[in-house]
Amino acid sequence: MGNGVFFVAEQRDGALRKVSFELASTARKLADALGVEACGIICGSGVSGLAADLGKYGADKVFVVDNAALEPYTTSAHTQAVATVAKDNGAVILLLAASAQGKDLSARLVGKLATGMASDCTEVRIDGGKLVATRPMYSGKCFGEVVIAGSPQMASLRPNVFTAVESGKAGAVTSVNVAIEPGKVKVLEVVKEASGKVDVTEANVIVSGGRGMKDAAGFAVLEELAGVLGGAVGASRAAVDAGWRAQSDQVGQTGKVVSPNLYIACGISGAIQHLAGMSSSKYIVAVNKDAEAPIFARADYGIVDDLFKVVPALTAECKKLVG
Amino acid sequence: MNIVACVKQVPDTEAQIKVKADGTGIEEGGIKWVMNPYDEYGVEEALKLKEKLGGEVTVVSVGPARAMETIRTALAMGADKGIHIDDAALNNADAFTVASALCAAVKSLSCDVVFCGQRAIDDDSGQVGAILAELLGVPQVTMATKMELADNVAKVTKSIEGAQVVMEVQLPCVITTTKGLNEPRYASLPGIMKAKKKPVDVKTGADFGVSAELKAQVVKVLPPPARPPGKVLKADDTPEGKAAELAKALREEAKVI
Repeated sequence: MGNGVFFVAEQRDGALRKVSFELASTARKLADALGVEACGIICGSGVSGLAADLGKYGADKVFVVDNAALEPYTTSAHTQAVATVAKDNGAVILLLAASAQGKDLSARLVGKLATGMASDCTEVRIDGGKLVATRPMYSGKCFGEVVIAGSPQMASLRPNVFTAVESGKAGAVTSVNVAIEPGKVKVLEVVKEASGKVDVTEANVIVSGGRGMKDAAGFAVLEELAGVLGGAVGASRAAVDAGWRAQSDQVGQTGKVVSPNLYIACGISGAIQHLAGMSSSKYIVAVNKDAEAPIFARADYGIVDDLFKVVPALTAECKKLVG
Repeated sequence: MNIVACVKQVPDTEAQIKVKADGTGIEEGGIKWVMNPYDEYGVEEALKLKEKLGGEVTVVSVGPARAMETIRTALAMGADKGIHIDDAALNNADAFTVASALCAAVKSLSCDVVFCGQRAIDDDSGQVGAILAELLGVPQVTMATKMELADNVAKVTKSIEGAQVVMEVQLPCVITTTKGLNEPRYASLPGIMKAKKKPVDVKTGADFGVSAELKAQVVKVLPPPARPPGKVLKADDTPEGKAAELAKALREEAKVI
């Protein structure tokens, strides 16, 4: 028995992803508000060594399901493992990451557990003993407060929004055996992109380009700035549709919704569907020749000038500061 | 091959969203309604499969009366028939309830592949496809960017952070679709004329035994938090001066670099 606040830690290639610590610390907060335990679930093969780190970020207990059938990730195997642990241990709240894998798994769990979920939340709190989740709708053109009548109350958390807090405590680790039935999906291949490339949904800094970049080669100046700042390069729909950047880089209502600490929009006018995808960034910078561009209305700092002159100068300045 | 494409009618991406004063939802006046862009990829993929392998494409939508326009759009693109689940009780239903209604509709057909957009760009939940797969008891691949089908097995690619995953999935299955999968066709004029005569069954939740016992509820809709007005940097009136001023502000005020 437990009545705990549970979260599913995400690991890849034997390492916990950053969002897992954000989940642990958020579960801790909610558990404290309810006076219950924060419990982590890790699924994979050879992953028991990862459990201790979750304790440091707030988990009282960590349930490890170590099974060769859980690697590589498949929806079916992970759904069975998480659903079993959550049900057997009385999860009242179940949190996952709104990452590619977390979105796939959490939605399937909603079906399996016949409950409700607030997806891609930017804030969660306890009110009257119940979870209240705040989440962007219409890609951030408005927000909804959601309560869950089903059980467990599920929420997926947007990566990079919640703070991971190290508490220095060690969590108790429990190994759980779950019999995994074979699924109907086989992973044939995982093709990794160039090493060192940061995905826009996970980046602390995004340098993004739009129509003003003129062509694919124009993005070289953004790559350089992103390189210095340890960030990722994003793109507007116009730039992606022109074939200048990969679809996986697109930020906006029909691309990825991002929330970095710093979003630098270069040559992006600021169509409403783009603004929707990046307005939850902590700081927004706009560089554009057109002083009337709508992007300036959303920017914390604006520079009206030729981006091909400003960006290299900014790169040089940043090199001095961070280099 | 029997294929289902689930579609939802949503506000156009250029739509300004205004929250009702009482926080119960959004003002619908003046909104241009379109097919959810992610669903277009599903309709297109369904039509491509039909063209290659033969069979029938059924479009299913849960939505108010106006959702019929979106069903007709899919029929004009080339789908054969439609099911419109029009029930006021389902208008603001949660993902589980919508998936339950879709599940009943899909079960009324004998179906090999179901396509859903990876998320609808209105509520942004991104849950319905996977819940539907679970309720149907079939496998899912979410956010597909590439798909090939042979001998009842689909080879599907999806993007995750920093990698592409290639999977084989046995039919029947649910595939959720995203940008990159294909280029959705436009409805042709003859297509639009033909669509008017294609059959669409209009059903209620009760017809499918679905009640709206909500498991998740949006209790309040809020406008986005206001951002304080920004600063335009003008130092020296040169690109270099402005860049230096920005770097300093990001370092010292914002503390983000």
